[in-house]
Amino acid sequence: MKKDEDIETNLSGNAENREPDSGATAEAREKWYKRFRKGITTSTAEKKETPEGLWSKCPECNYICTTTELKENLFVCPKCNYHHRIGSDEYYEILFDNNEYIELFSNIRSKDFLGFTDLKPYQKRLDEIHAKTDLKDSMRVAVGKILGSEMVVACMDFEFIGGSLGSVMGEKFSRAVDYAIERQLPYMVISKSGGARMMESAFSLMQLAKTSGKLSQLSDAGLPYISLLTDPTFGGISASFGMLGDLNIAEPGALIGFAGPRVIKETIKKDLPEGFQRSEFLLDHGFLDFIIDRKALKERLKQVMVLFQN
Amino acid sequence: MPQYPNRQFLDFEQPIKDLYEQIDQTKKMAEKNPKIDYTSNIQQLESLIVEKRREITANLTPWQRVQLSRHPDRPYTVKYIDKMTTSFLELHGDRNVRDDKAMVGGFAQLDGETVMFIGQQKGINTKTRQLRNFGMANPEGYRKALRLMKLAEKFNKPIVTLIDTPGAYPGLEAEERGQGEAIARNIYEMVRLKVPVICVIIGEGASGGALGIGVGDRVLMMENTWYTVISPESCSSILWRSWDKKEIAAEQLRLTATDMKGFGLVDEIVPEPIGGAHWDYTEAAAILKKHIIKTLNEIKPFSAEQRVNQRIRKFSKMGFWDEVVD
Repeated sequence: MKKDEDIETNLSGNAENREPDSGATAEAREKWYKRFRKGITTSTAEKKETPEGLWSKCPECNYICTTTELKENLFVCPKCNYHHRIGSDEYYEILFDNNEYIELFSNIRSKDFLGFTDLKPYQKRLDEIHAKTDLKDSMRVAVGKILGSEMVVACMDFEFIGGSLGSVMGEKFSRAVDYAIERQLPYMVISKSGGARMMESAFSLMQLAKTSGKLSQLSDAGLPYISLLTDPTFGGISASFGMLGDLNIAEPGALIGFAGPRVIKETIKKDLPEGFQRSEFLLDHGFLDFIIDRKALKERLKQVMVLFQN
Repeated sequence: MPQYPNRQFLDFEQPIKDLYEQIDQTKKMAEKNPKIDYTSNIQQLESLIVEKRREITANLTPWQRVQLSRHPDRPYTVKYIDKMTTSFLELHGDRNVRDDKAMVGGFAQLDGETVMFIGQQKGINTKTRQLRNFGMANPEGYRKALRLMKLAEKFNKPIVTLIDTPGAYPGLEAEERGQGEAIARNIYEMVRLKVPVICVIIGEGASGGALGIGVGDRVLMMENTWYTVISPESCSSILWRSWDKKEIAAEQLRLTATDMKGFGLVDEIVPEPIGGAHWDYTEAAAILKKHIIKTLNEIKPFSAEQRVNQRIRKFSKMGFWDEVVD
């Protein structure tokens, strides 16, 4: 069984640094633990690099396969069907015919309007991610063909401050709706987010109202809106457009909810039941139309489009 | 409204408590020495209390403002409804699961006009706090609110929501019954309501739990309240990974009425009696009533279509970003 994940921590933008720093912690450790043999003696300079990401281990069943094999299997574990977390690049490649699509509104960038500083200034956080990845923000919007049907697809990147909902996501979402209405296209959003972006304070909260208002316009235009929820989807997303699809669908085993499991556990002071807040749980309780394997997603979307339009 | 000695004092309100104690002592002296007239001494102390109230609230930190919004003597939704309206008819239930006591609502007469009032309700003692679940609604609370809003829409009555919640309840059953969906549905439907909607933050405006009844033509904030995406405590625990940074988190979040008005995220600040609403419920309600009536008159002339479009535009404008040339 996978270790319980603390959904909120991802929103701090420090998720990747969760391991304790070597400095102080190592010193503290020495007080009760004495290492007799020397540790790794190879100096960093002489270290041999293993090509990164050659092998991949399934966090669910520990099955090890090559990254190529995993990729060919659309990042789904060949043994246990665990759906690995992937980003917008991968989803677009899976969905769009011949990986052909046009990215929209990529020139909209987050900025630190409030001068928000937690452990790091928000602007510095943004600059660091921009330097480290090609991602510009936590959501990308693209238009392309899925088995011949054109669709606007917005997709979140969890890597970017936990896929958090801020002003940029709200604005891209809004423009995507306008674009879909203008061209009479269906709209799909692939969610993967810890919730609202705290560094944008109330502005991030208001994105819930902003996006819901735009969905109202999309609905009046008679266009389909599909909300695909993937692991994990929490907070502000599920309290707005995530749950407002004409169809709400999800990948298998995805954690989806309003409050994070840790917060609920602390509130009710009880252990949470097995499978709580998983896609299958949401389906049972009536909040999803169906669960869809990543490998069947494209065909199913085509089926939906045909049923909606013909 | 509790009177001294039943009043409760926050740490920064201690100087006021001291003055009350001085009045008490003076009164005791007056009893002992009936020949001496202490009236002017007492009057002087009483005016000092008012002065102290003014002085304290003039220089509050954001965190103190949060504390004031949670003052145990602060008036809650039903109190405001009682003081502002006549003929309040409370309506119960979401017609589905149960009646959520953390959310109240019903029709009432405001200045001779029928208005639907909806709001979170907190308790005033241990028993009622539990009954009201500390103002944290479950999905059925949001669905009850929506049912009442639709009822108001059917009879073409304006809606006023009074927001005071530390958040939507993060419980197991709440998740089973779709807390996210309930809030999402409310936000979506509130955008589309054909009747005038005014939302007022009267205490705590915490995140989705507040916005779930917080989408309207106009959003007002009382002077000593806060409204943002997360409580300062939770923000501290997530971003600073410690519960001790709530004061800093409160500053960084810019959650006060002044900040929110400055950002254009709320439309108006409703002043409170000197020292805060907990000093005078009648006056607090009278000021709020005046603001609600004035605002209602401003938004009433619009057609349903204009109202919905303006609402969508109002929230669409919120946000900040840069556009770069690729």
